[in-house]
Amino acid sequence: MINYIIQRVVHAVIIIVLVSLAVFLLIRMLPGDPIEIIVSQNTLASYGPEYYDQLAHEYGLDRPVMIQFVDWFGNIIRGEFGNSILHNFNIGEQIKDRLTVTLLLGLTAFVISFIVGPLLGIISAIRRGTWIDNLVTVVANIGITAPTFWIGILLIYFVGLKAGLLPLYGYTLPWTDLGLSIRQSIMPIIVIALSPIASSARQMRSSVLEVLNEDYVRTAWAKGLKEKAVIYKHVMKNSLMPVITLQGTMLRQIIGGQVVVETVFVIPGLGKMMVDAFLSNDYPVVQAVTLVMTIVVVISSLVVDFLYGWIDPRIQYE
Amino acid sequence: MDIDIANKDDFELLEEELLPPVNEVKRFIRVFFRRKIVVVGFILVIIFLFIAAFAGLISPYDPYEQDLYNVLSDPGGAHLLGTDALGRDLFSRLIYGTRTALAVGASTALVAAAIGTVIGLIAGFAEGPAQTIIMRLTDAMMAIPSLILQIIIASILKAGVPGVVFAVAISLVPGFIRLTNGQVLSLKQNDYVLAARSMGSSRIRIAIFHILPNCLSPLIVQITMMMGIAILAEASLSFLGMGILPPTAAWGSMAYDGYRYLTTQPLLSIAPGLAIMFLVFSFSMIGDGLRDALDPKLRGTTS
Repeated sequence: MINYIIQRVVHAVIIIVLVSLAVFLLIRMLPGDPIEIIVSQNTLASYGPEYYDQLAHEYGLDRPVMIQFVDWFGNIIRGEFGNSILHNFNIGEQIKDRLTVTLLLGLTAFVISFIVGPLLGIISAIRRGTWIDNLVTVVANIGITAPTFWIGILLIYFVGLKAGLLPLYGYTLPWTDLGLSIRQSIMPIIVIALSPIASSARQMRSSVLEVLNEDYVRTAWAKGLKEKAVIYKHVMKNSLMPVITLQGTMLRQIIGGQVVVETVFVIPGLGKMMVDAFLSNDYPVVQAVTLVMTIVVVISSLVVDFLYGWIDPRIQYE
Repeated sequence: MDIDIANKDDFELLEEELLPPVNEVKRFIRVFFRRKIVVVGFILVIIFLFIAAFAGLISPYDPYEQDLYNVLSDPGGAHLLGTDALGRDLFSRLIYGTRTALAVGASTALVAAAIGTVIGLIAGFAEGPAQTIIMRLTDAMMAIPSLILQIIIASILKAGVPGVVFAVAISLVPGFIRLTNGQVLSLKQNDYVLAARSMGSSRIRIAIFHILPNCLSPLIVQITMMMGIAILAEASLSFLGMGILPPTAAWGSMAYDGYRYLTTQPLLSIAPGLAIMFLVFSFSMIGDGLRDALDPKLRGTTS
C-alpha cells in the first residue's frame, strides 16, 4: 500500500512537471506575446515599439527558454507566482481567491451529483417503464447531449429573467453573505452537476437492472423480505460499484463544466481565469493557472482512486 | 447417418445445417431500426445532412450579409427568427451553421480515429516497454479533463477551423488508442493470426490484413459516437471564444454573441443551443443503434 502511494505520487509529480513544461515551451513558440500587446496598445502613451526589447528584458523574456523555465519553477516552489504582465496583479493571491470559489462550487456539485445520480438511477430501474423512468431517461439524455452553456442560458432566461426567482449572475462567498451566496450558487451548481448526474443515473439504472436478475435477489424476495430491505440491502450495495468506478469521469466532467459555467454566470473562479489568460496570452498567468489546474486534477483523481480501495476492499493495490 | 465431407451432397447438407442462411444486410437493418428512438435519430441526421447540402437553396438570406438598418429585429415578418446585432438573418445563419457543425464533427472524428488507430495498433503489436509507455501516456491524457486539454491546444494553435479540429481530435485520440489496443490484444489470440504468422506473414501484414478489418465494427461505432462529442466540444470552445470565430456561422459562437442580448432577443442564443442538442442527440442515438446492430456482445452496455 505504501509503495503504491509513493508510486502514484511520483507519477503525479511527473505529470505536473511535464504538463507545465509543455505549456511553457509551446506558448512561447507561437506568434503573439504579451509584450507585443502592451507595446501595440500603448503606441500613443509611454511605450513605443522601440521599447519592445527593453520590456522583454525587464520581464526576463529575452533569456533562453529553459533557463526561464527553471527559474519560474524555482519561484513556484518558493510559493512566488509573480505578477501578470498585462494587468499587473499578484497571481498567487488571485489564484488563492479564485481556487476557493471553484472548489466550493465544484465540491458541492460533486457531492450532489454523487447522491442524486445513483438515486435517480435506482428509482428509474425499479419503476421501469413508468412515467418516472421516462422522465429520468429524458433528463439523462439532455444532460449528455445538451451543451453546458445552453443549459445555463436557459436557466438564466427562464428562472432568473422571466420568473425572477434567482440572481442572474455573479458570486458571493458564503462567509460574506450566506443567503445571497446560496441563491447565487443554485443555478451554476445545477448546470455543473447535470452531466455527471446524467451519466451516473444511466450507469446506475443499467447496473440495477442487471442486479435485479441475480439469484440472491430472487432469494431475498422469496424469503419474504420487504421491498425496502431487498432494495437497500441487496440491490443497492451490489449495483453501486460500477457507478463508483465512474467517479473519475464525473470529476473530469465537473472540472470541464466549471470552465464554461464560470463564463456563463460571470463567476470569478479559476476556470474563467484560465480562459481569460489563454485568450490574452499572458505568459505568467497561463503558466500558473495551468499548473494549479493540473495539480487540482491530479490530486482529485488520486483521492478518487484511493476511495475505490476504501469502498471496495476487493481492489488490491500493487 | 455417416457424413462424408468429401461427398458433395453431404457437404452441402452439412453447410446448410451449420449456417442457416441469414441475409446480413437484412439482419443489420432489422436490428438497427428496432428501437424507435434510433429511427428518430436517423431521420434527424438525414434532415441535417439535407439542410447542410442544400443550405444555399433553403436559407432565405445570405448568412453573412449585414443589414445595419435591421439589427436585432423581432422574430416573424421578413426575418423568420429575427436578426442578430449586425442585422444578419438568424435562420440563415443557423442553416449554414449545420454545415460547419457537420464538417467539424466528421473531420474531427476521422482525424482522431486515424491517429488513435495507428498508435493503438503499434502499441498492441509492440508489447513490452513500448506498449507500457504508450498506454501510460494515454492514461495520463485521459486523466486531464478534455475541455482543459482542448483549451490549451486550441489557444496554442490559434482559433479557426483547423485549430479546433486538431485540438478536439487530440483530446479524443486516447479513447481510440485504448479501443484499438484492446481489440488487438484480444484478436491476437485467434487461430487465424497464428496461422498467418506460421505462414511467415510479417507483423505489419497481420496488422493490416487480419487485425484491422476485425476492429472495424467497434471503430465505426466509436467514430459515430465521437462525432456528436466533437460537435459538442467545438460548440463549447467556440462559446469560450477559442474555437471558430465570427463571422463564420458556427452555433457555439452564435450562442455567445447572442448571449449579450438575452433580455431582448433570447432566440439568438437559445436557438443555436437547441440545434446543437438535436444534432448531438441524433449522433448518439445512431451510435447506440449501430452498436446493437454491429456488435451483439456489447448490447445493453452503457457508454
